[in-house]
Amino acid sequence: MEGRQRNGVAPVGTVPSEEPEAGPGASDLTRRDFLGGSTAALVAAGVAPSVGHDATAPTVVQQAVPAAPRTAIRLTVNGVEHAFEVEDRWTLNEFLRDHLMLTGTKLGCERGECGACTVLVDGSPVYSCSTLAVWMDGKSIRTVEGLERDGRVSALQQAFIEHNAPQCGFCTPGQLMAATALLERNARPTADEVRRALVGNLCRCSNYNAIVEAVLAASGSAASTGGGE
Amino acid sequence: MRAFVNRNARSVEEAVALAREATLAGRSVAFAAGGSDLLQLMKDHIPSRAEAGEPDVLVNLKGIAGLDRIESAGDGTLRIGGLVTLSALVGNALVRERFTALAEAAETVATPQIRNVGTVAGNVAQRPWCWYFRNGFPCFKAGGDRCFSAGGENQLHAIFGGGPSYIVHPSDLAPALVALGARFRVAGPERERVVSGGDFFVLPRQDALRENVLADADVLIGVDVPAPAAGTRSAYHKVMDREAWTHALASAAVVMVMDGDVCRSASIVLGGVAPIPWRVPEAEALLAGERVTAELAREVGTAAVAGARPLAKNAYKVPLTRRVVERTVLALAARA
Repeated sequence: MEGRQRNGVAPVGTVPSEEPEAGPGASDLTRRDFLGGSTAALVAAGVAPSVGHDATAPTVVQQAVPAAPRTAIRLTVNGVEHAFEVEDRWTLNEFLRDHLMLTGTKLGCERGECGACTVLVDGSPVYSCSTLAVWMDGKSIRTVEGLERDGRVSALQQAFIEHNAPQCGFCTPGQLMAATALLERNARPTADEVRRALVGNLCRCSNYNAIVEAVLAASGSAASTGGGE
Repeated sequence: MRAFVNRNARSVEEAVALAREATLAGRSVAFAAGGSDLLQLMKDHIPSRAEAGEPDVLVNLKGIAGLDRIESAGDGTLRIGGLVTLSALVGNALVRERFTALAEAAETVATPQIRNVGTVAGNVAQRPWCWYFRNGFPCFKAGGDRCFSAGGENQLHAIFGGGPSYIVHPSDLAPALVALGARFRVAGPERERVVSGGDFFVLPRQDALRENVLADADVLIGVDVPAPAAGTRSAYHKVMDREAWTHALASAAVVMVMDGDVCRSASIVLGGVAPIPWRVPEAEALLAGERVTAELAREVGTAAVAGARPLAKNAYKVPLTRRVVERTVLALAARA
């Protein structure tokens, strides 16, 4: 798979990375690098012996898989323009996480039910698992990585911290994006309006009350939205 | 997902031509509007059209200019493009004021994220959400030869119009559109045609593979809702097994033409209880020319479910539907 090869034209350094670059020493390994490396080791350990032991297994012939159709698109992600040749079948989520390496957006159910993958497309919350990257030509996307300004989290993110809105944290990026869109449209929502705006974002920890409190605490603050584009 | 080609159509003619071209080349085609439902089916390897198989080609309709508009024609007809999103419908002041049931139906659909991409055409033409169909059972809707719900887990299934398949039509817009007398505009390889609400949706006993008359190269390009007569008011009431983000257990779209406290005429269309939006003419007739009292509303509710034939596990839907109709009629008569 060439899936992890970045072939966009975004200038180096414009794609925010969530963690510092890994240095030469083992202590500099990031969590993501470590998990990626150990998964590969487990797969190798699990698969290799079974192939060797099963003498009757038919020889697996690697068939040539025709290249999946690709299309060139241009789009803006967190204010940075990208030109990218995407596979037609990539979801927006796949594109953001696996190809732009913007892993702040999570993938939960991958069936438009949980909301963990919520991003803003031209300002509106959308499930990135349920739309295609190829349909994003000309669009402006905002992800959780785009909420901070000059190294400071948005007022909404700060309120999430202060109100303990994240427990396990997996739904948080999606909750933040849906709430950001709400506050940009309605700076002073009622608690009921917050609940209705976040109805498409499930929290497995069931921390809904704290999430609503955090959004209300951040409301009315212009800085809560992380700015527009 | 299995690999496929996305083709962006710039016009309805181009969309139909791209679909034809692909079909002639032996490739299966699906039209994509919002895509939420389509991509889900594709991820689960469930054909969006039983006869067509999984799509090799997606014809993306989102770039077609003009289909995302809501317009009022000279005679007051509301012309809604097929690509109008549910969010746009919810936020449209004219729809809210004059076609209230439609706005109320749209805002009960799914979640903001889905309403932001989901379209009028896609909502009306979505495939059933029967758990057997969606989990890959070879049922009638998937081109198979039986309905697993008939003798299985049929809590959410039809109490009207079932057989041989017992799916319920999943759309919230559809009952509201039919109650408001909407006509469905369909483009295809032949000339554009207009289909009434009564003819657009088809029962399983007419065609078990489909929920509507759309053929493979047909596109639902919009719906026209006639101008309501003076004194018309409408409402949509949906009951779910939780407060949001699911389909109707039972719903009712009610349109009443009022003259003071007398109802001149009414149309009542049920959702969540039949394979198509289910009209109840006997209940409607009880309202014509009458003052709407609590007692009459109760009778209307009773008449609405007179023809119900529940399955083993969904008899609860009968009193539920009766009360949904009764309450909606009463509330609508009291609405200023």
